[in-house]
Amino acid sequence: MTMSKRKTLGISLYILFVLVPIYWLLNMSFKTNEEILSSLTLWPQHFTLANYEVIFSDPSWYSGYINSILYVSMNVVITLLVALPAAYAFSRYRFVGDKHLFFWLLTNRMAPPAVFLLPFFQLYSSVGLFDTHIAVALAHCLFNVPLAVWILEGFMSGVPREIDETAYIDGYSFPRFFVRIFLPMIRSGIGVTAFFAFMFSWVELLLARTLTSVEAKPIAAIMTRTVGAAGIDWGVLSAAGALTIIPGLLVIWFVRNHVAKGFALGRV
Amino acid sequence: MSLTLENVTRVVDGVPFIADANITFEPGSFNVLLGRTLAGKTSLMRLMAGLDKPTSGRILMDGGDVTGVPVQQRNISMVYQQFINYPSMTVRENIASPLRLAKLPESQIEKRVRETAAMLHIEPYLERHPLELSGGQQQRTAMARALVKDASLILFDEPLVNLDYKLREELRFEMRELFKERRSIAIYATTEAHEALALGGTTTLLHEGQIVQSGPVNSVYSQPVNIQAAELFSEPPINLIRGRVSDSEVTFDEYAHFPLNQDLRQLAPGEYWFGVRPSHVGLVPHNDDDLELSTLVELAEISGSETFMHVRNEHFGLVLQLSGVHEYHTDTAIKVYLPTHKLFVFGMDGNLIQAPVKRVRG
Repeated sequence: MTMSKRKTLGISLYILFVLVPIYWLLNMSFKTNEEILSSLTLWPQHFTLANYEVIFSDPSWYSGYINSILYVSMNVVITLLVALPAAYAFSRYRFVGDKHLFFWLLTNRMAPPAVFLLPFFQLYSSVGLFDTHIAVALAHCLFNVPLAVWILEGFMSGVPREIDETAYIDGYSFPRFFVRIFLPMIRSGIGVTAFFAFMFSWVELLLARTLTSVEAKPIAAIMTRTVGAAGIDWGVLSAAGALTIIPGLLVIWFVRNHVAKGFALGRV
Repeated sequence: MSLTLENVTRVVDGVPFIADANITFEPGSFNVLLGRTLAGKTSLMRLMAGLDKPTSGRILMDGGDVTGVPVQQRNISMVYQQFINYPSMTVRENIASPLRLAKLPESQIEKRVRETAAMLHIEPYLERHPLELSGGQQQRTAMARALVKDASLILFDEPLVNLDYKLREELRFEMRELFKERRSIAIYATTEAHEALALGGTTTLLHEGQIVQSGPVNSVYSQPVNIQAAELFSEPPINLIRGRVSDSEVTFDEYAHFPLNQDLRQLAPGEYWFGVRPSHVGLVPHNDDDLELSTLVELAEISGSETFMHVRNEHFGLVLQLSGVHEYHTDTAIKVYLPTHKLFVFGMDGNLIQAPVKRVRG
């Protein structure tokens, strides 16, 4: 009994410790700049929503969120559309070099994103894709598609081939079988894949910042550049940071059951 | 609707899975495909279904060549050894799915789903999902889906293997009822000889990708074409003893002699393999012409109310299938009696020369 109590205490302390920076971010976002800079206060003495007002009223701030959400969604959709058929092929068919190709896909993730910075920048500039949402979405696919194929292949291989055959015998055409029977069977896998693709794309900064300037500038990039003439606007930055966490939280909330199931079933 | 395989061969990566299969299945027939694991039962069924393409040869349905026709366009159904259902659909939708794809009117779908579910006793579970059911019910669902659409060819690939003994008995009995008034060809694969005997119909023996023998179950059982067929269709396997026939008697390995009886009189002198079913060897003589052999007990396997007794002398071993429980210690000396009028005679090439003549007991 004391053992479990001690455990509870330990875990509580750990969670508290982990949450301190997030609390501090929230704390700052509800303070005025004067309070942030003048003294150490554990909670806002002069509670204000002004920082949030700035973000929701100034297009140069809120467009950052819209841009980020746009290219992240595009990326998740493209990743799934490309990875689903690829993973199906890897799990169901044997072809020349299939194992090598599968491994090669994975090696794509071994290079740091910075390596691809210059080629992407030059290529996109020359074909007129620079500073568009699709540019960032496509660039992120380089990292997300291999991972997605890998995760989905694990899930698909867990579905017995006989299900495919039974469906054909029943008279399903391939597309119909894939959408009506197969996808529902691996929905956990799709959830997990979407989660990983979202997470990578949402937090990736380097490529997203380099490939955009105004039109498709992500929120993370805007946050790093907000040093005005009056110095750093701590309050607004904190509010922006707090808001940036929310989409991630939402996604985790929606896929939490699938992820738990997914980690058990798939091979991640 | 008849199904014919003409010189069908399937080779995968240089390994022959099916070698030159020639066979015809009649409409309305119940056929059992009997063979050991890896004999090619599943390979043959997949070829018949159109899931795999033969390397060479033709598959004809009602005389028309269907060799390259995709499985969706053949009117077949199949039940696998694993319980294969669509987990995201209810049992009702599972059973209805072939009918929905065939675009039948809703009223008719409902009627046929009900009928089929009633036939297989899964009516109470129609609204549940397959994974919430027991193994037996899951397999019944799979069978219902196979039976609902009036396929002209229904394939069962060891459907009862993963079920417990009691359920297997029950479903096996129902299977025969289900097919009584159908016009479709049913093909049922199994590894168990007694299952083939229980199901009846036509039996096809398969060994290492080759069709060994095919015919009505009783004739295949009583007239195996060669040693292989006799071994496949006997559980436990048939006893084989090498013997020499002279003008007047048979000698087993220079050890035991018995005079040629009237059944064996036509045999030309020479070497033969003699086969006798384990159930025919006894511990007490039944006939005057039974051959008495002194043997030592190697092992007495008791399975329920039956005993499989392995005995041997210095020349050959025998297996006896005895009813009742017989407990013997190893190396106990006992006498066993070989019925000389129940011997199968095979040539040295393995082909059957003579099967025991059935006598009506008076």
